Amino acid sequence: MKEQLQKDFNNTIKDLNLSQRDIEIKRFCLDSFINKGFPNRKEEDWKFSDLNQIIKKNIGELSFYSDYTSTNKVDTSVFVDGLEHNKIVFVNGRIEKIDFDYEKKNQIEIIDQSETISKFDNNNSLSDLNNAFTNKSFKILVKNGYKLVKPLIIYHTTNSKIWSKNINFRLDFELDKDSSLRVIDIFNDTSEKNFLNIFYNFELRENAVLKNYKIDKFENRNIKYSFNNIEQHKNSVSETFILSSGSNFFKNEINCNLKGEYASAFVNGIFSLKNDKHHEIRTIINHLTENTKSYQLIKSVLEKNSKAVYQGKIFVDSEAQKTNGYQLSKAILLNEESEFNAKPELEIYADDVKCSHGSASGSLNEDSIFYLMSRGLSYQQSRELLINGFLLDVVEKITDSEIKNLIKNLIGIKE
Amino acid sequence: MDNRQKEIDNLKDYKYGFSTEIENIQAPKGLNEDVIKFISNIKKEPEWMLNFRLKAFERFKVLKEPDWQKPKFPKIDYQDLYYYSAPKSMKDKPKSLDELDPKLLETYKKLGIPLQEQARLNGIAVDAVFDSVSVATTFKDELTKQGIIFCPISEAIQNHPELVKKYLGSVIPTSDHFFATLNSAVFTDGSFVYIPEGVRCPMELSTYFRINASNTGQFERTLIIADKGSYVSYLEGCTAPMRDENQLHAANVELIALDDAEIKYSTVQNWYPGDKDGKGGIYNFVTKRGLCKGKNSKISWTQVETGSAITWKYPSCILKGDNSVGEFYSIAITNNHQKADTGTKMIHLGKNTKSKIISKGISAGNSDMTYRGLVDISSKAKSSTNYTQCDSLLMGNKCGAHTVPYIKNKNSDSNIAHEATTSKISEEQLHYCQQRGLNAEQAVGLIVNGFCKEVLQQLPMEFAVEAQKLVGISLEGSVG
Repeated sequence: MKEQLQKDFNNTIKDLNLSQRDIEIKRFCLDSFINKGFPNRKEEDWKFSDLNQIIKKNIGELSFYSDYTSTNKVDTSVFVDGLEHNKIVFVNGRIEKIDFDYEKKNQIEIIDQSETISKFDNNNSLSDLNNAFTNKSFKILVKNGYKLVKPLIIYHTTNSKIWSKNINFRLDFELDKDSSLRVIDIFNDTSEKNFLNIFYNFELRENAVLKNYKIDKFENRNIKYSFNNIEQHKNSVSETFILSSGSNFFKNEINCNLKGEYASAFVNGIFSLKNDKHHEIRTIINHLTENTKSYQLIKSVLEKNSKAVYQGKIFVDSEAQKTNGYQLSKAILLNEESEFNAKPELEIYADDVKCSHGSASGSLNEDSIFYLMSRGLSYQQSRELLINGFLLDVVEKITDSEIKNLIKNLIGIKE
Repeated sequence: MDNRQKEIDNLKDYKYGFSTEIENIQAPKGLNEDVIKFISNIKKEPEWMLNFRLKAFERFKVLKEPDWQKPKFPKIDYQDLYYYSAPKSMKDKPKSLDELDPKLLETYKKLGIPLQEQARLNGIAVDAVFDSVSVATTFKDELTKQGIIFCPISEAIQNHPELVKKYLGSVIPTSDHFFATLNSAVFTDGSFVYIPEGVRCPMELSTYFRINASNTGQFERTLIIADKGSYVSYLEGCTAPMRDENQLHAANVELIALDDAEIKYSTVQNWYPGDKDGKGGIYNFVTKRGLCKGKNSKISWTQVETGSAITWKYPSCILKGDNSVGEFYSIAITNNHQKADTGTKMIHLGKNTKSKIISKGISAGNSDMTYRGLVDISSKAKSSTNYTQCDSLLMGNKCGAHTVPYIKNKNSDSNIAHEATTSKISEEQLHYCQQRGLNAEQAVGLIVNGFCKEVLQQLPMEFAVEAQKLVGISLEGSVG
């Protein structure tokens, strides 16, 4: 793998117009990645999902270089109907389109950061990989007091042109004071056996509101990793919703730093898995100052050989008095081969806090099914009704009604 | 002020902090094959036992000290410890209590276990361990009548080799983790209990461990076997004299429950926690593991951990037999600079197995408390259930309370429920108690005792009283 990495790295550098210093930073990250390799189960954070093995088993040898000099055709059929929105379109990892047609032009700034490297650091070899190979990276700045009229949908589309490739994405968002943004990530893949490595960084200034939705719904055989870092200042609110379902493997990591008073973070997620899929959500909520709060709710429905992992951590600094932190994970295992692993973790250094976590996993309640069947529903109908009800609980947490409806339609929940 | 304050002052200086001057026979300092042979030789062990030790030592040589735990400690130089020390007067074993070194007896008196009296009054058979060799075993006759074997493990190796050979190392193999392997190589003594088929042990079996000689790591080995349909309740209580140097304690406890048998194992641990600045104190790195080997068997762990500078232990249950039950009740209290990383492992292998975990952690001062636990339901363990509850109470903002549960469910028929909360003592509760005439310290004691009640109830009567007092003593000075 080492030689492949070196070779692909040299090709990547050739396409870019970088200063000597930036090349050195990139090379440093490359060396660091070569040194560490893909994360494996020996690392505590990857205990339940050995990425190294998963890549070996599902993909085999990866290549890291993508030719971004020619444009890809944008397949408009993947666009969401019935919801007016702004777009960023990635095709096979190349940004093909950025449009904020519905917004005031002077309120949003799109900064091309490709030529200035800002390193992403999360002590994880995948961030090194991302730093070394990302080729275009943009920063989207929402200016003071501006609330976007329409949501932003980021389409991650891949097609059969790519095979056994590693693709790296990087986006930065800065929400200035009193601004607000709704982001939806939608994955559409017709390709197979690729590894997508996605890093987002959000900076939320005072009173900023971020609504962040990730939708991995459509069946595909790719492997994905996404890391979202959310820095929150005073009074800011972040809401994250994850629908984890389509890919072969998907690990979503959310890292929230609640740095300002009265900042709050909400993370909700659904695993709906079948057929040997293996997904993970890992959250780290760092309460770093007084009067911050966080809520997390993760629900899973697991079928046929699937495996879901939830690792959630609430960290409370000794400064962070009056913290509220809640965490709940529930799982339904529908057949014998499915597996649910959880590691809900609390690390608390302040005494005036209210923190709790709960985790439950088990089978579908036979009594409830019996009740529904005795009222004339078939077994299949009762089962669906119960599962829908179970998941609806999380969907209802979405505060934006337009997007809530979109997601309901996608999952197929009818009211 | 006055009397009560005096009492508190007395208690603050560790209640059991004294050491008796008795000449020791010591093995040469350090750890090597010769020292292991020396220990084996002095205990007149058969060859298979020596081989067991040497095999463990071979394994130990390639193992590395683990470092994933939360409480970090300075590196231990394993070559700088004495692995064997025995009171000299033990060379010719006394035939009865009267023959014992009067100084030894006095030590026990200070500890609150005058052997004769306790044996007579309490109906408890005491196998007291002074440093590393068992001194006297009382109530032997009555137990023998029922066919129960309760003796130091070194005696069991001589007299019941078939049992020891069969079960020793069957739950904690010689190839286990670092400290367990170290223990397998150098363990000096400990208790052995065998309850024959269908016998309900008529009394609580109890051992007081005591660490005496400075610089001696104690390596106890306890083996309890409950044969089909039997029942035994075993108590372990610990106090240690005050010493400045950190002392290592790496014991192994193995429990085996066959069909329909039940073992209840209770611990009150009050070893020297170090002084207010975190100097000194015992390192308590104990491996405790129970195997529910037979159908319908049950193993229940109850622990009250108030002492030791660092407590690092996970009493575990392997639920192998169908319908077997594992329970874990724990109170861990840390104050000043104490650190605890404790919890349990429940490994469900058999069908219809059940486990229950109740853990209460209280941290005050500059201390750190971690609950770390594993619930693992394998795909064969159909219709298993687990219930876990771990609550933490924090006093002050210099201490920490952490919860790290690992939950693995590979079975759709099984249910796992886990809950954890962290909070502090509410002002209202304190106010209410103080309004009724309690001072702040008493009020805290009362509230904490209430918080722990669920676990304290699990202890046998005599222990429960002691434990309740201990909870109060451990938290003294943490309020105000």
